[in-house]
Amino acid sequence: MNAAPVTEAELHAYVDGGLSPARKAEIAQYLAQHDGDARRVAAYRQQNQQFHEIYDGLLVEPVPLHLQSAEGARTRRIWYRYAAAAMLMLASGTLGWHLHDRVTGARVQSIQIARVAAMAHAVYSPEVRHPVEVGADQEEHLVRWLSKRLGTSLKIPHLAPQGYALVGGRLLPGERGPAAQFMYQDAKGQRLTLYVRVSNEARAPTAFRFAQENGVGVFYWLDGRLGYALSGETDRAELLRVADAVYQQLNP
Amino acid sequence: MDQPVETFATRAMQYIPRLRRYARALTGDNNAADDLVQDALERALLKQNRWREGTDLRAWLFTVMHNIFINQVRSAAANRLVPMDDVAADAMAETLPPQATDRLEIRDLDAALQALPEEQRAVVLLVGLEQMTYEEAARVLEVPIGTVMSRLSRGRERLRSLLQRAPGSNPLKVVK
Repeated sequence: MNAAPVTEAELHAYVDGGLSPARKAEIAQYLAQHDGDARRVAAYRQQNQQFHEIYDGLLVEPVPLHLQSAEGARTRRIWYRYAAAAMLMLASGTLGWHLHDRVTGARVQSIQIARVAAMAHAVYSPEVRHPVEVGADQEEHLVRWLSKRLGTSLKIPHLAPQGYALVGGRLLPGERGPAAQFMYQDAKGQRLTLYVRVSNEARAPTAFRFAQENGVGVFYWLDGRLGYALSGETDRAELLRVADAVYQQLNP
Repeated sequence: MDQPVETFATRAMQYIPRLRRYARALTGDNNAADDLVQDALERALLKQNRWREGTDLRAWLFTVMHNIFINQVRSAAANRLVPMDDVAADAMAETLPPQATDRLEIRDLDAALQALPEEQRAVVLLVGLEQMTYEEAARVLEVPIGTVMSRLSRGRERLRSLLQRAPGSNPLKVVK
């Protein structure tokens, strides 16, 4: 007995859980024999899952109250007063905290790294005379020194194909111990910094995430015991292009 | 006078965090998202008598917000560039080189989403993030369900190819 042909709409319904159990089983069987469609289905599922990882934090974040000070509207104030009350209730309830921990616990580390890295970028990248402690001319020494201080074997990505030359690096105080910052510069003098820090526990790799702090854009990710953040006052697509190259070199 | 406003507001208020989550994913920007939510809430309050008791309030609020978003995008596009319709964007995606490897799956989905035409982005998010049924998404967007399905299909496939593209081909520069 042959099952009815599988339509494009049904593949999506399979991902989104909108099929009868019988049809679902038929499609599962179809996918076992069709690699291409099986890969698509897996990718779409992963997209859905990652949307939650990226955006669910907003469900528990307090609604910003500064919005209510914006021009006049009485209705606006009513709305946000209610919203604030609702968030307080949520945050004080057990459910609220549970949800909060579950959603944000994994993200706190990576958000911290973005803040610290953006700050370090803002402090050191404008330096004309002393942007780094050890220059690119002593790269071997730089790597040995920072690897020793961070207690792990570091690699310095080479970004010449992306148009950035290594300026050098420095040791920084991180959230829980020493951290390293590598600085790069393009032909126009535009600087990017790569911030690296070590944590005690190894973590599954996270997705690239993007944050912006005072005009500094940061792509950051965690990988094993290491956390990385690439910062620059450049547009997001350019930063992503370089972050991608960094990732590729660190994970050959 | 205050009573009906508060009743409606109290009910609708529970959806603010969800509206913010969707708005953030849709606009790719925290400030733009909060502005959008604020505009949507104001309009919802003004037009609250158009919401029919017994119908899905969440869907109605999402519709109000979506219409504001689309108007904003249209007027911004009119001032800036020729708007990219689905077909043109698909043609562009097809000219990009195919993936060299699927080794790297970790990419910035948030950035890739912004490279989608907004109509596809909305469908992909209403279904994938908001977990609406296709019928609900069609109602929110006020389009036929077939349109929802084709946007969903194209949007997801485009995201997949953006996220798997080989390094150096710089896919996200296509749309900024």
